[in-house]
Amino acid sequence: MDYVFQFGVVWREIDALLLGGWLTLRLSALAMVFGLVVGVAGALAKASRHQTLRALARAYVEAIRNTPFLVQVLLVYLGLPSIGIRLKPDQAALLAMVINLGAYTTEIVRAGIKAVPPGQIQAGTALGLSRWQLFRFVVCLPALRAVFPALGSQFILVMLASSVVSVISAEELTAVADTIVARNFRSFEVYLIVTGLYLAMCLAFQAAFAAIHRALFARWSG
Amino acid sequence: MVREFTAHELWFLVLAVRWTIALSAIAFVAGGAGGLVVALSRVSRSGVLAGMATAYIKVVQGTPLLMQLYLVYFGSTLLRLGSDAWTAAALGLALYASAFLGEIWRGCIQAVPRAQWEAARALGLGYPSQLRFIILPQASRIALPPTVGFLVQLVKGTSLASIIGFTELTRAAAVVNNATFRPLMVYTAVAGLYFILCWPLSLLSEHLERRLERAGASPVSFQI
Repeated sequence: MDYVFQFGVVWREIDALLLGGWLTLRLSALAMVFGLVVGVAGALAKASRHQTLRALARAYVEAIRNTPFLVQVLLVYLGLPSIGIRLKPDQAALLAMVINLGAYTTEIVRAGIKAVPPGQIQAGTALGLSRWQLFRFVVCLPALRAVFPALGSQFILVMLASSVVSVISAEELTAVADTIVARNFRSFEVYLIVTGLYLAMCLAFQAAFAAIHRALFARWSG
Repeated sequence: MVREFTAHELWFLVLAVRWTIALSAIAFVAGGAGGLVVALSRVSRSGVLAGMATAYIKVVQGTPLLMQLYLVYFGSTLLRLGSDAWTAAALGLALYASAFLGEIWRGCIQAVPRAQWEAARALGLGYPSQLRFIILPQASRIALPPTVGFLVQLVKGTSLASIIGFTELTRAAAVVNNATFRPLMVYTAVAGLYFILCWPLSLLSEHLERRLERAGASPVSFQI
């Protein structure tokens, strides 16, 4: 191999790459918040008494989980303008991520609600709690505790998958890397450093989620 | 000249599905072989081997598939192995699959009760025979549902090969879209084709899992 690695020219761009990492984190965090809202709505729809609502929720989850995220991104960014919805790359990326994440969190939240023992709900009802109180005091926290690890890994999966939105030039780490590669042609070096950044973000989040999980739920470990 | 999106264009997309299937199949077979090595290293008594397999799984699961494909693609150019998108895509996806399958199968091997290992040793079987005749047959039964489930991930993952220039379904969609300018129709059709590939696999995985749960219920209660 007669190729000479040149990390120097890439190292000079480290500020731009770190900014790209920040953009990826922001995009993923926004997607997570909205995706969780969609997921809770989806889980409630799946538990609904209306058959149509249940069928719609199921169709949504199956359609998203059985098609590639890349196609979903392209459909939102290139396809939606045909019906008059024109989005900027960043908006299209966020929307695609929320739609994608919503389907997965629907299943996660549903599993969490199912994890609450029926006896506790019956006990709550016997105490005369309203539907809202029942949800707030009996279902919510144990369900959250049960699904917290799954939500954490789903967040990390979304952060990693977000590199795909660089194909529509949404602003995030991989797109920043693509720009730098177009300037200095050091593709391998740039992508190697970017891969390292993604790995660092992933490990940092795993550690953070584990710490939050301990802090939030330690007192119920009994 | 702008072409219409007709049955002819749709047929072009349908034909591109074979490349998606071929790439998935190659990545699955090669990744399966690699995954077995990773899984066996992970459960081996050698600390170094287990540590290396753990690090490999962590790195692959902690980085985007797109970056892995980029590194394999640009890396193989540096190593003068040529810049063939087909090889890079297959190799990249196989490495990705071997980490995920390795981790899935590690869990399945460790789910086989310890007593099975002990009994196999008591029968005088060597380590390879213990694995071959006692452990792996039992582990593979547990492994089937999550393996089929991962196959769905892999088929969806092949869409990223389009970004490094391999012509499969998603890339064919870009070609058709550039000629017809009907993105909504083209990408809806493509999403539909992926769905037709993936949904039966998802259903099969769920079905196998339920069957395993039903079958698995009796041995557990038997132990108590």
